[in-house]
Amino acid sequence: MSAILIIEQVLNGLQFGVMLFLMAAGLTLIFGVMGLINLAHGSLYMVGAFAAAAVAGVTGSFVLGLIAALIAAACAGAIVEMVVIRRLYKAAHLDQVLATFALILIFSEGTRWVFGSFPLFLDIPDALSGPVTLPGGIQYPLYRLTLIAIGLAVAIGLWALIEKTRIGIQIRAGENDREMIAALGVDISRLYTIIFALGAALAGLAGALVGAIQSVQVGMGEPVLILAFVVIVIGGIGSIRGAFIGALLVGLTDTLGGVFLPELFKLFMDTGAAQKSGSAIASMGIYILMGLVLIWRPTGLFGTRA
Amino acid sequence: MSDPVLDISNLSKSFGALRATDDVSLTLMPGEIHAIIGPNGAGKSTLIKQICGNLRSDAGRVHLMGRDVSSFSTQARANAGLARTFQISELAMEDSVLENVVLGAIGAEARPWRFWRKALDTPALVERADAALDRVGLQGARDVICANLSHGQRRQLEVAVALTLAPKAFVMDEPMAGLGAEGSKTLTGFLDSLRDEAPILLVEHDMDAVFALADRISVLVYGKIIATGTVDDIRSSAVVRDAYLGEEA
Amino acid sequence: MRLKETYLNAAVLLGLLAVPLFALVTDEPFTITLVTRAVILALAAVGLNIALGIGGLVSFGHAVFFGLGGYAMGILAHHAQTYTAMDFGAFSIAGTKVMPVIWVVAVTLCALVALLIGLLSLRTSGVYFIMITLAFGQMFFYFAISWAQYGGEDGLSIYVRNDFPGLNTLVPIQYFGICFVLLALALLLFHRLQNAPFGLALNAARQTAARVETVGLTPMHLKLVAFVISGVITGLAGALFADLNRFVSPSMFSWQLSGELIVLIIIGGVGRLMGPVIGACVFVALEHLLGGLTVYWHIYLGLILLSIVLFARGGVIGLLTGKEGAHV
Repeated sequence: MSAILIIEQVLNGLQFGVMLFLMAAGLTLIFGVMGLINLAHGSLYMVGAFAAAAVAGVTGSFVLGLIAALIAAACAGAIVEMVVIRRLYKAAHLDQVLATFALILIFSEGTRWVFGSFPLFLDIPDALSGPVTLPGGIQYPLYRLTLIAIGLAVAIGLWALIEKTRIGIQIRAGENDREMIAALGVDISRLYTIIFALGAALAGLAGALVGAIQSVQVGMGEPVLILAFVVIVIGGIGSIRGAFIGALLVGLTDTLGGVFLPELFKLFMDTGAAQKSGSAIASMGIYILMGLVLIWRPTGLFGTRA
Repeated sequence: MSDPVLDISNLSKSFGALRATDDVSLTLMPGEIHAIIGPNGAGKSTLIKQICGNLRSDAGRVHLMGRDVSSFSTQARANAGLARTFQISELAMEDSVLENVVLGAIGAEARPWRFWRKALDTPALVERADAALDRVGLQGARDVICANLSHGQRRQLEVAVALTLAPKAFVMDEPMAGLGAEGSKTLTGFLDSLRDEAPILLVEHDMDAVFALADRISVLVYGKIIATGTVDDIRSSAVVRDAYLGEEA
Repeated sequence: MRLKETYLNAAVLLGLLAVPLFALVTDEPFTITLVTRAVILALAAVGLNIALGIGGLVSFGHAVFFGLGGYAMGILAHHAQTYTAMDFGAFSIAGTKVMPVIWVVAVTLCALVALLIGLLSLRTSGVYFIMITLAFGQMFFYFAISWAQYGGEDGLSIYVRNDFPGLNTLVPIQYFGICFVLLALALLLFHRLQNAPFGLALNAARQTAARVETVGLTPMHLKLVAFVISGVITGLAGALFADLNRFVSPSMFSWQLSGELIVLIIIGGVGRLMGPVIGACVFVALEHLLGGLTVYWHIYLGLILLSIVLFARGGVIGLLTGKEGAHV
């Protein structure tokens, strides 16, 4: 096992982690401010990926594809918020789960209806394709490195938005006391729509970015959605900082576990059995991680309320 | 002189820099109604939670019938004979009045692990429940869904559930809250008759009720008990008047 | 004029018996299989309804038990049909094709797993409970996928349906009979349990935990026992479902299945005796009818679901009897 392999896998884990963060940030923001569990967040991820693939396919421009993904996901988010979601803020969690589960069915089948069942492909732009040589002579795909950079940039941007801007103050106030911000004269329903659209845009961005290294297909959003839930549960629901730490933990655990657990098991098992049981345990690794965190802190690492 | 039923010694609880209760000690003697009064924010709710086990104390002990229950959970304290009523009704709103009282009977008989026989067809449970409803005068509303009860009826139901537990001591958190003059008067008469069964630690804002009922009064201000005494002692106490009653007079 | 719930319940049960009998006369075995499918899904949802409807536990991971029941059947039958034994190192266990034995194994397994998951999950509440049960479901899902010995992603096929002493389970109406009797027993249990002291206390714990503690009961214990009973019944349904299809696959553990079980209860009516049964019938009928019209039938299912959540709290039973469902 070489140092190069380890560094490579750590970078892969980081890349996975920051993409999860883009998903988890929206989810946790929406829960923190509006108290809503949104299962349909994965559908917005899918909408972003499809919009990017369709637009990039027609125009040949990856950047236009990304812009389309942001716009499409934000619009889809805003529409869904205004038509359905805003009726659910005061509803029980069960109703929220059910209604957003229904939205998944509608989004997934609707997309299948429009684009068919075959996966679309989104190509990595030429400028970002191929490997780059890192200090120490490590060859690493430039695109993946770009994803890490974008993810970190978004994280910093979100932090700045929430800490430094007027809308950030409103968001933080909304987390603490809905009545108070209404009393301050803030248009709550407009604020909620903006937050929801912002979360949706981040999900759409993640979908488009990841879409270039995986295939773009119906149902791509749900596995990521569930991972994003694991992330925010680990981090503490409502906490952006928790979402960031949680996302990196989950990304690294999943990536490193898949590679190193079978190797670890080979130390005391024969190769075939080690491969099998190692990858079986690794596939459950993040859920085990989540279980351990919740046993230790039932409201997550940075969570305050249940 | 007999031993206290409930003996609270040196209870303290802080939330950050705020000392919600500070070295509170008091006793509840057999047959007595001991009222706790004090302005809003004096720490009355915190004290009740500490006594009933909903909140872990930073320091101090609670003895019930001579037994140290300080480390007991809420459930264990209830089983040991402490019955609490809530300031804001904690009732199963979707269930009928009878079902709410039967719940008390199930708890009192420690029989939740019955999976087959209908609770409302079990004579031991229903008799206990009906007896409690009779005593508070809610027999007429026996089958009404709790959500449809008037505010006053909910207060009565709170007391009825506590009665089913046949407790050693009652802890009542503002039972008069929100009752009209007539309702307060009825409940005052009822609580007066209850003291022989088990003593009552009564947190109450309604001064008429307190002065009519209490054998002793403790005044809680900023988490500390500043005075304990009979109704006349408290009425004539300069300290109390300055700290509390004076504001209203 | 509002329907009385008792009459509605009786009508549903009679209908559930009458349709397959009619199909038997007109020789439409497919219809019998379809109703059997509804009966088994109803059984799974009756199990969930104990945790969700009475106890207020929104378990988004009940597919764990459905899948465990399925795999208990699949693995035992697999070893029986290949004449191999399960090797545990120190000892080995032979497979079996006898349904009641399989059921006992499935039920025991589910009880143990439910106890474990319950102990961990019930430390949390609200959204965290929903998420942690979902995560347990995913854990089992991925484990099943990577468990190559029993088919991994492809699942396990069983060539012949397992045996029930004295019956020919390959005859659709006879297998329907087995499933129907088990559903009826589960409904009886649900009804007794809901009205027994345990159900009354559990129902109160859903509404106000503070009150339940104040009368000296422990909500956590009530909920844990409910979760175990609930998991056991859903697990039994899983074993039956696997036998109906003669096939088990990781999809029995999928989060979509957990979601669908909740959906069945919502369609019918939360916490109502026959809610899951009505929900399952409506669901299977929609799947069959809409699925025949359009491959995109899930869109319509989604729209129906959305309308129920937004406009018809209480589900079908609520609409017909005017009674609201339990608030969860």
